[in-house]
Amino acid sequence: MTSLSSTAPPGVLTSDGLAADLCCFPTREQYVELVRSFRDDGFEMCVDLCGVDYLEHFDRRLPEGVEPTRFEVVVNLLSLSKKQRVRIRVQAGNEEPEVPTLFNLYPGTEAMEREAFDLFGILFTAHPDLTRILMPEEWEGHPLRKDYGVGRVPVQFKESPGPR
Amino acid sequence: MSEPVVRAAERIEILSAETSEGAQELQRRDATNVNELSREVGAVLRLDGLTLDPTSIDMERRDDETMIINMGPSHPSTHGVLRLMLELDGEFVLRTKPVIGYLHTGMEKTGEVLSYIQGATNVTRMDYLSPVINELCYSMAAEKLLGIEVPERAVWIRMMMSELNRISSHLVWMATNGMDLGASSMMIYGLRERELILAFFEKTTGLRLNLNYVRPGGVAADLPDGWQDDVLVICDTIFARTFEYDELLTGQPIFRNRMVGVAPLTAEEALALGVTGPLLRSTGVAWDLRRAMPYLAYDQVEFDVIVGTFGDNFDRYAIRLNEIRESIRIIRQCIDMMPRGDYRSQDPKVTPPPRARIGESMEALIHHFKLFTEGFQVPPGEVYLAVESPRGELGCYMVSDGTAKPYRLHVRAPSFVNLQAVSLLMRGGSMADTITVVSTIDPVMGEVDR
Repeated sequence: MTSLSSTAPPGVLTSDGLAADLCCFPTREQYVELVRSFRDDGFEMCVDLCGVDYLEHFDRRLPEGVEPTRFEVVVNLLSLSKKQRVRIRVQAGNEEPEVPTLFNLYPGTEAMEREAFDLFGILFTAHPDLTRILMPEEWEGHPLRKDYGVGRVPVQFKESPGPR
Repeated sequence: MSEPVVRAAERIEILSAETSEGAQELQRRDATNVNELSREVGAVLRLDGLTLDPTSIDMERRDDETMIINMGPSHPSTHGVLRLMLELDGEFVLRTKPVIGYLHTGMEKTGEVLSYIQGATNVTRMDYLSPVINELCYSMAAEKLLGIEVPERAVWIRMMMSELNRISSHLVWMATNGMDLGASSMMIYGLRERELILAFFEKTTGLRLNLNYVRPGGVAADLPDGWQDDVLVICDTIFARTFEYDELLTGQPIFRNRMVGVAPLTAEEALALGVTGPLLRSTGVAWDLRRAMPYLAYDQVEFDVIVGTFGDNFDRYAIRLNEIRESIRIIRQCIDMMPRGDYRSQDPKVTPPPRARIGESMEALIHHFKLFTEGFQVPPGEVYLAVESPRGELGCYMVSDGTAKPYRLHVRAPSFVNLQAVSLLMRGGSMADTITVVSTIDPVMGEVDR
């Protein structure tokens, strides 16, 4: 397991995931500081940011001391110089998930955070333009949430039983 | 007498209300905040410490001096349904905002209701120009969660097929880029050469475009008899023709004037925006996942990572052209080094029994049926896996909860992230350059909107 950088805020929980990557579990307060320390430590790029809705899995495997919430924001950072990846999983909250934006550290997260907002309803504090990106502006609900049903187009047969 | 006029105006109002995306669109200068405005003019990246400084943006310009126009979503040069909103001062672009989502089909949601066997048919439709690489990324993520090894031959088949796919994707790019710049003969040549590869795909997999060939556990079918000859012919033909493209485009003055020095990107900006692939390499950063973090058997073949210097349109063109040649080099090595053996894992958990056994064994039939109706269960966990697609880093973040379907499937689409560079690259350029910028970024809208 790789050790955290010396500039990382104290008390950040880490665990070896299934993958070989280092995985960190900061609290919402530690989140931006941790990402900043990784950026200063040579992680030049934020390759991915996405949300996950663990509505049915509050019992998922997490390191001791991490309070599971319904929504999680998963950030993947990449260091080109060290050829290393690191994954940051922050518990975003239950009813009104909200985490600070990474826009000021990595401007490239702008569209990714908009996507997570659009599809999960996760709010990113101080994001410059938090609007829907994939769905139409007047769309109701956040489609990738687990309590949002999968749409279905009824098959047009003569004796079709109608939508299931 | 004025009634028809009012009606027309009303109709326009209703129409624009129906087709408008509201806050997603490019707003007038007085209707937007400083942060967003500076992002849209691309000023964010030029400032020290990446903090916003509104004074460096020309805020004084009055709205009646400029014009906001729509380009797309049905414009032929936007390579799909990309909509660009441009603020123009005469012929020059002040601000740009890409508006996307016109091809959103909820593929990540669909991925959650398809089993791991069916999932490859879903992801193959995301980046429709490089289906093999999409399937590869998905399958490798599932395999990592399952903890299974694929046989050596399957690894090399996957590698050869993804390099063939990289060539065909770059050929389509060469074709459409030529078309955008008025070199319409390039359009025909590019698609003509791609046809060779698609014919080989059809011979191997039965399909031309959405192959569903790479699956968790290996590939769907072995290579057909005599595949070496087919692939050699493809390599020889396309390699010879890349020099024809050189003659047609590389040295041609009209083409060079449109490409050289237009819309440069620096390495710093590219890294900050998360841009990957040929766009990043054109800025001089030699970052190719095939070399930097080798997957499959890329550490056993020889190839060069093509790097540019100026990060302009021409560098991006030259990188793609030379990557075709490098891919041919890899494929030639694949032909020589292709091992014998199984083309899919013999682990009965993920691989159905062979066709001949189904006819004589009840258990084999039941096993086959169970595998294709229920699928196989994947141990709980989460994984992020990235491969180098023709457009950049294609990543797959997969969460499994122990059932036969992924709990969450997220695809990190390179085009989606690369598209953020549009506002930066277009700033200050002329209207005509927007065409070349969109073209050299090479977005595939199926992947952007997913």
